[in-house]
Amino acid sequence: MNARTTNRQQFTGSMRLLHWLMAALVLAMLGIGIAMVASLGDYHRLVSIHRPLGILILILVVIRFVNRCLSSLPPFPATMSPQERFAAHASEVLLYTLLLVEPLVGWGMLSAARYPIVLFGSLHLFPILPHSVTLYAVLRRTHTFLAYLLFLAFVAHFGAVLFHTLFVRDGMLSRMAPWRARAR
Amino acid sequence: MANQNAKTTNENGELLNETAPMEKHSAPLTAGNMFARLAGIGCLLLGVVGAFLYLGGWFSPQKLTPARFVDEFERVSGIHSGFRHNHAKGVSVRGFFDSNGQGTRLSKAVVFQNGRVPVIGRFSLGGGDPHVPDALSTVRGLGLQFSLPDGEQWRTAMINLPVFPFKDPQAFYDNLVASQLDPNTHQPDPAKGTAFLASHPETARALTIIKSHAPSSGFDNTAYYSLNAFRFVNADGASTYVRWTLTPVQPYETGTGASQNKDFLFDGLIASIQQHPLQWHLVMTVAQPGDPTDNATIPWPEGREQVDVGTLTLDSVESEETSPARDINFDPLVLPAGMAPSNDPLLSARSAVYSQSFTRRAGETKEPSEITPSEVRK
Ligand code: HEM
Ligand code: HEM
Ligand code: HEM
Repeated sequence: MNARTTNRQQFTGSMRLLHWLMAALVLAMLGIGIAMVASLGDYHRLVSIHRPLGILILILVVIRFVNRCLSSLPPFPATMSPQERFAAHASEVLLYTLLLVEPLVGWGMLSAARYPIVLFGSLHLFPILPHSVTLYAVLRRTHTFLAYLLFLAFVAHFGAVLFHTLFVRDGMLSRMAPWRARAR
Repeated sequence: MANQNAKTTNENGELLNETAPMEKHSAPLTAGNMFARLAGIGCLLLGVVGAFLYLGGWFSPQKLTPARFVDEFERVSGIHSGFRHNHAKGVSVRGFFDSNGQGTRLSKAVVFQNGRVPVIGRFSLGGGDPHVPDALSTVRGLGLQFSLPDGEQWRTAMINLPVFPFKDPQAFYDNLVASQLDPNTHQPDPAKGTAFLASHPETARALTIIKSHAPSSGFDNTAYYSLNAFRFVNADGASTYVRWTLTPVQPYETGTGASQNKDFLFDGLIASIQQHPLQWHLVMTVAQPGDPTDNATIPWPEGREQVDVGTLTLDSVESEETSPARDINFDPLVLPAGMAPSNDPLLSARSAVYSQSFTRRAGETKEPSEITPSEVRK
């Protein structure tokens, strides 16, 4: 992610739109995922939402990445030390990677188990991996592991934004805020 | 954090909104204020983590989850590496389904259009012991996977009982707990069984119906029932509730029950399928308004419309060890468009528990099946 930067203090409108749309989707997916595997009565309903929503995230993250590469990014706030900038950059790389890999693992594990990967009605995806239940077992565990890692990465991300916004008070939230931030 | 604003002290110490978003020149925070903000951030993060764990059931250890269900199967039957946690003993079959087109009236599912689709299946005996000796009274199961030409699948797992003994997953689970063997007597505690029946009159009623149907002599001459109701939707968008039955073309014979070898039911199936293809009619029973769709312990009244939608032919048999059927999860909610679950609480629970069972066995090393490849060939 080679950040081309300008003097604007806010992410572009399309980046902000994609950020909040995906934030809502990803948090919903984490909640649905963890709830469905602990539920008997809601399992079927939730897993039927989980699959298409996960594929939607896969599509959106590709669009988002391309959009990010084409957008000019605001420079990091002056309050951030080089170490913090490195950590922020690394966490963004981690988040993008997880958003790409987690749905692929979901799709891949169902492929390896030869489940039909139904999105809606008769619409279903083709398998992307050979039939192997051993592979399924590994990927199914990976899916859980990556989901927990994604959740932890989100908690760290949220914590960092809160820390900057409420404690350092450098207005970090307004950089990604859905509304237009006032010029400085 | 270095406080670069130390010189612009302000007694107020409040968040100064006028300078937002950067707040570059806002007053430094008092120690109390700093603490309050950090505590607030901490609380928010803890709240997020707590909500996540709550959704995952971490704060409700009593809740019946798929994992706890399968744990109970393992407690009752022991761990048999690589095998199903229920219906563990089985053999695989292949064949095809010839649809006669009659089903399209009920469901737009491609499987009901005129024509033939390939089928892979698995005959099984109920219970978690993959080496259990065959007995006429043991529940017989048949799992089927229909591969439709448009890439969709229909999977179903049926048994030879005319009604199901348990109305919901909790009753199934409680019965499982009651059937656990006493470590001293190696028998289930009869008092627990009696107590279960006393508190589950619907199970007692279902068992009366089940006992009035003497089991047939084999896998091949018995009927298999979906038991759960499903909602069918046809091309016009009209919904109907159905239950289905596979009725055997092979004539019914009562089992003798005389001393038989350990695998007599499976050996009988292998011999019979190797002589001639086995056939069943797939018959849909159509519900009338008011028929219970959420309780598989209650049969629908006599005289409900029956629609014969086609013929299932099974013409080859194979040990689980070599067949892909071992690695299929016959999840009853793998359904093509045009079929949907009813409000029967067993259905979603089955889907959840089968998935958990499948995930565990998928990761275990596979031990030899009771019905070995050489047993099928001989
Ligand atoms: C960013 C996207 C995704 C996230 C955040 C996510 C998250 C989760 C979580 C948290 C679980 C529960 C894991 C556990 O506690 O064991 C789960 C399970 C699952 N996910 Fe995903 N998932 C995503 C994408 C997908 C996709 C694209 C598919 C399939 C097309 C999928 C299919 C499944 C299935 C089948 C299960 C397990 C069901 C079972 O074991 O019975 N997921 N997911
Ligand atoms: C309530 C939750 C969230 C808040 C308040 C929030 C806030 C923010 C803020 C303020 C930024 C800008 C950081 C900067 O100044 O450089 C940002 C960036 C980012 N956020 Fe979030 N975020 C949230 C949830 C999420 C979630 C769930 C994800 C993904 C799983 C995510 C992924 C990202 C990424 C990848 C960036 C880098 C910019 C980009 O490429 O879009 N955020 N977030
Ligand atoms: C809540 C109720 C039920 C529970 C918890 C349950 C549990 C299970 C489990 C754990 C398996 C093994 C799945 C696998 O590893 O692939 C299984 C298999 C099976 N069940 Fe159930 N079951 C229930 C209700 C039923 C009903 C109502 C029927 C029949 C209509 C049924 C018929 C079968 C059959 C035929 C198999 C074997 C399928 C195969 O060959 O893979 N079960 N059941």
